[in-house]
Amino acid sequence: MTNPEAKDRILARIRSALRDVPGEERPEDVAVTRDYRDSHVSADIVDLFVGRVEDYRATVTRVPEGQQVPAEIARILAERGVANLVVPPGFPEEWLAGYEGARLTDDPPLTAAELDASDGVVTLAAQGIALTGTIVLDAGPGQGRRALSLVPDLHLCVVRSSQVLPDVPPAVRALVPHRPTTFISGPSATSDIELDRVEGVHGPRTLEVLLVVDS
Amino acid sequence: MSGEKVNVVWLGSPTFPNAAHEALQDAQLRRNLKHATTTIRDKRLRAVAELDDWETLRLAGSQIKDRVMRHLDEYLLRLEASVTAAGGVVHWAEDAAAATRIVADLVRAQGTDEVVKVKSMATQEIGLNEALAADGITATETDLAELIVQLDDDRPSHILVPAIHRNRTEIRDIFRREMGKNGVPAPDGLTDEPRVLAEAARRHLREKFLRAKVAVSGANFACADTGTVGVVESEGNGRMCVTLPETLITVMGIEKVLPSFTDLEVFLQLLPRSSTAERMNPYTSLWTGVTPGDGPQEFHLILLDNGRSATLADREGRSALHCIRCSACLNVCPVYERTGGRSYGSVYPGPIGAVLTPQLVGVGSSEHADSLPFASTLCGACFDACPVRIDIPEMLVHLRAKVVDAHRQDRLPKPEALAMKGARVVFGSPRRLALAEKLGALGGRVAGIRGGRWLPGPARKWTAARDVPVPARESFRAWWRKAGRP
Ligand code: SF4
Repeated sequence: MTNPEAKDRILARIRSALRDVPGEERPEDVAVTRDYRDSHVSADIVDLFVGRVEDYRATVTRVPEGQQVPAEIARILAERGVANLVVPPGFPEEWLAGYEGARLTDDPPLTAAELDASDGVVTLAAQGIALTGTIVLDAGPGQGRRALSLVPDLHLCVVRSSQVLPDVPPAVRALVPHRPTTFISGPSATSDIELDRVEGVHGPRTLEVLLVVDS
Repeated sequence: MSGEKVNVVWLGSPTFPNAAHEALQDAQLRRNLKHATTTIRDKRLRAVAELDDWETLRLAGSQIKDRVMRHLDEYLLRLEASVTAAGGVVHWAEDAAAATRIVADLVRAQGTDEVVKVKSMATQEIGLNEALAADGITATETDLAELIVQLDDDRPSHILVPAIHRNRTEIRDIFRREMGKNGVPAPDGLTDEPRVLAEAARRHLREKFLRAKVAVSGANFACADTGTVGVVESEGNGRMCVTLPETLITVMGIEKVLPSFTDLEVFLQLLPRSSTAERMNPYTSLWTGVTPGDGPQEFHLILLDNGRSATLADREGRSALHCIRCSACLNVCPVYERTGGRSYGSVYPGPIGAVLTPQLVGVGSSEHADSLPFASTLCGACFDACPVRIDIPEMLVHLRAKVVDAHRQDRLPKPEALAMKGARVVFGSPRRLALAEKLGALGGRVAGIRGGRWLPGPARKWTAARDVPVPARESFRAWWRKAGRP
């Protein structure tokens, strides 16, 4: 259904519109001054990350690497009444040792309706961004395909402190472009009704972040 | 759903002065707009002040856009190659009719007559919902505000907050009345609490998301080097649309292409702070073609021209295409605050609409669009707020001159007549005029009196042959200082 004539005509119109651009000019010849900061952060990035995620009214729990991790995961899931948990492939088995409810694995792939009927999902993350309080998922191990962290109403995301980057530029540079990537900054929100911020329209209405301090 | 929205300008729209006059009578609308614009304005200033290199980022953003526009043909070809290599299909659409036909054919090929949509200016610009409806395809808007507007068979009034002209009680009434006719009804005892209204929207739309086969989205960016497409949003409906259905169709204006993936490091700083005044918006989705086993297994990217290549031809109007649709210029605009988005009669309201709309439809081809460059006080606030440094005031003056030229044969000097009317609307009372003067935005600039003086500074590029509306000297100086140019 691609239309080669439409393409040719659009390109021809663009080229004629750009007659003032010298023919020998290459795109890279147009200067872009990149002397903006790599990072705006000078303070402790883990503290900043925690504070900034909390600013979005997400809950953050800090825990040292080790025994406390499965205990905290079990506590959060129990407190939130999760009895039917979506567990993506590659999520560390030992971290679910304290959880006694049912598990939904994605093999064979769960339907959207099954995800909708679950109580929540637990995932790892690809990185965190301190300045903006952002969690980045890239469908890597322990994160699952995108639908897994989208449809359930609760998302418990486990981020390692060593994954937290200071600011947006280093985070973007660390991404793998072809992976499906989602930046998550707090729970789903809208300000469409008289500009009152309301949490939870379509994404998970509850975002719990467990920060595992590993460095 | 109204079927009259076609090709940027809503057909039959009264000229700006007439529409604005009506809007000014509407006290509710004025209150909502004032509250909204003031709230966002203050928040945005705080969000921007957090980054001490904001001006450097703005400059980089404008330079990247400049690079793209000067080599748009090459970047589009690079983008096409990257998206295709990643398993997507690229389509080229010259105008609204071509784009809507491509979408309709793709939807029908999936054997469905329903699509879910995430808010997008481009799809609104091409009147996609109406065109699909004419083809027997139902498109459901999934942004809360768009849903409100669509259920009420209304028009949006703000790029970012389309239902800004509706208060919570009106929204509750719309939900009660209309949701049941379109799917899952509003629950009994629906109150006007924003939280309760959002819950009703969640339930109403979830059922549609879960069964949708095809979604239609816009795009905030597309990276030429990798083929990565991005949607920036708040509610999660964008994630639903780009993740759950089997087929995703993205309609994107050709100007949205970015040279490289790393350029996101600039725009992901500029856009959220300028737009919703947040450090980061709740959700940003990036996808590249098709990922086996994750998300839509068919991806179509429609590259839309629809007047953009013509806009590109005007060297002084070209940079209107740099716009990243953050809506900051709307929120700082004294004219927008008074009259609201719908007075502009265009998909693109506010200061950016006043420069983009007449260029997309062509100066001289619509009396309505021609009146828009006069819907401004040239106070310069839009330039200061714009994250990609689009010099809207200078472009407005340039377009006024073009409008004057286009109407040179008219018996009555139409633009001036329009401008005078516009001035009366905006500055119709002594109090308003005084306020405008305080803003450094004297009505003389709007009134557009023909004079032979040369304009200094940013206007120096004009040819002597043009009679341009020249402002009173004092107000020009005031504007000059306010705009803070070198
Ligand atoms: S013109 Fe600038 S400020 Fe206005 S919407 Fe576009 S990018 Fe934002």
